This record gives sequence, structure tokens and C-alpha cells, in this order.
Amino acid sequence: MNQNIGVVVFPGSNCEKDAMEALADLGATPLLLWHADSDLQGVDAVVIPGGFAHGDYLRPGAIARFSPAMEAIIDFAHNGGPVLGICNGFQVLTEAGLLPGALQKNSGLKFLCKEVELQVESTDSVLTNMTSKGQTLRIPINHFEGNFTCTDETLIELQSQDQIILTYTENPNGSMANIAGICNTTRNVVGLMPHPERACHTLLGSTDGRILLESFIQGAHAAV
Amino acid sequence: MVYDACVEVKLREGIADPQGSTIEKATDNLGFAGITNVRVGKCIRFQVQAGDEEEAKNIVNELCDRFLTNPVIEEAVIEIQVVG
Repeated sequence: MNQNIGVVVFPGSNCEKDAMEALADLGATPLLLWHADSDLQGVDAVVIPGGFAHGDYLRPGAIARFSPAMEAIIDFAHNGGPVLGICNGFQVLTEAGLLPGALQKNSGLKFLCKEVELQVESTDSVLTNMTSKGQTLRIPINHFEGNFTCTDETLIELQSQDQIILTYTENPNGSMANIAGICNTTRNVVGLMPHPERACHTLLGSTDGRILLESFIQGAHAAV
Repeated sequence: MVYDACVEVKLREGIADPQGSTIEKATDNLGFAGITNVRVGKCIRFQVQAGDEEEAKNIVNELCDRFLTNPVIEEAVIEIQVVG
């Protein structure tokens, strides 16, 4: 199961090496994709890592969504390719219209950097298919704008179509319905604010991120 | 023609504004009574070339829809004036 996984780098990304390290540790072959390059080099899946793409100017993800790589990723996602957005990557995916809603400033106006407990709400996604419903995972968050917001109609759709995949057991940032991560209706595009790549080794304090990234690598295998 | 454009990007009605509520609390603490409904937005100013005011408005509207606002949480108020 040696899947090639592209990790997209924008000016201002800062979690691409953590993501590559974790993916390689789990047996995948990660490769960096530059945002200005529209060639995805035949990868089996794409990760948009955390950071501050284009300095988060205007809004997080607002400028990144127009990068040539994003146009290719939108096509890739529409063809069923697995796409994972972590933290800033989640913000990019909402701005690009691949996931619904938006990420607002945390309700407490504090930059949050701590380990939180997540609960698996749906196992039917490319990130959670190896987990069990109700399973709890300890994974760090590291964000200022992670407060998931959407219209009431969108929230009803997310709930009725089982698109909320991960929730916070204690809401740290004001997210609607305690949402930590969602997927699209075809379950191949996922976004979450917590950083599973930072919870892949006992030295980091938690290994609970491994099962999520293993699911994703497995999903990349299935999609080929 | 060149037009001055000022786009006020603000949060939609009903979207929580943590910055606005923090500022509102601070006004109380500073002794300013009766300051309510504080909402924080941003103002983006630029110049736009267009044949007439109508065309300038259309360009700025499209720019707002596609880029300057996130319609999920924000809306724009647009002001356009001929440079002069």
C-alpha cells in the first residue's frame, strides 16, 4: 500500500513537513506540490496542510483558492479523488467551495494551541472509515479561526446527510454543533481543524491521529 | 473614467461577531454608557477603470462576490465616486 500523496505548499504553509513525516511513517510516499503548479503529478490523494497560506490576508484561504494547484484539486475532488484539508487546509477547502460553511474567529478571540478530545460522529468518510462511531481521539488544535459557521439550512443538510464526521467533546472555539470536521456529500473531501499529523507518535503525546491518516491512505488506495 | 471604490465588508446579520462584542464590553469598562450593537468589519479602498458608473459598479460587485467577501458569513456595501 505505497500510495503517492501530494502535500500542497502555499507561501505561508507551515505544517507540510509534519504531514509528510506522518504520512511516510504510515507507509505512504508523500511528495510536495507547489501551489503555482497545476500538475498534481499523478498523486493518489492530496493533503492541504496547516499554516497561513498567503499570510491569511483578506480571509484565511481566500487567496489560496485561486492558486493553479487548487483548480486541479477541484477537478481531482470532483472525480472522486481523496482530498484532506487540515486546519488552514480546511479553510482553503471551504473558500474553494469543496466543503460548505466557513471558519470564523474563535468565539473567545484567543489563538488556541492545545490537545482536545474529539468524538467520531460518522465513519463514512475517507478520513474516518477505520474508526468506530463514538470513538474518542485526543488530537491537538492550533488555530485562531476555527469556529465553524454556516447557515441553519446548511447545518440541517450536514446533519441529515451525515457529513459531520468529528465533533469536539468540549467546544473550544464556538463552532456550530461542536463541529471539528466535515466531509462533502460524496465523502472523499474532508476538512478538520485539529492536526492528526501532530498526534502520530508517542513522543508527541498522542498517537490518535494515526488511525485517521491510515484511513486516508487506505482511501487513497481504494480510489486508485 | 477612473472611479474611487470603497467596499465595506461586514459580517452578515445574525453571524456572531466576537470582536464586536469584546469592544462593546470594553466601552462599558471605559465608562462610555449606551454604546450598543458594535460590529467590526473592514474597508477596502481601490480605484477602478470603467466606461461609466454602472459598469464600475458591476465590476466591483463581481469582485466582491468572487473574492472580497465570503458570502457564507459576509456581505459588502459598495460606494463608488468618480475621481476628481
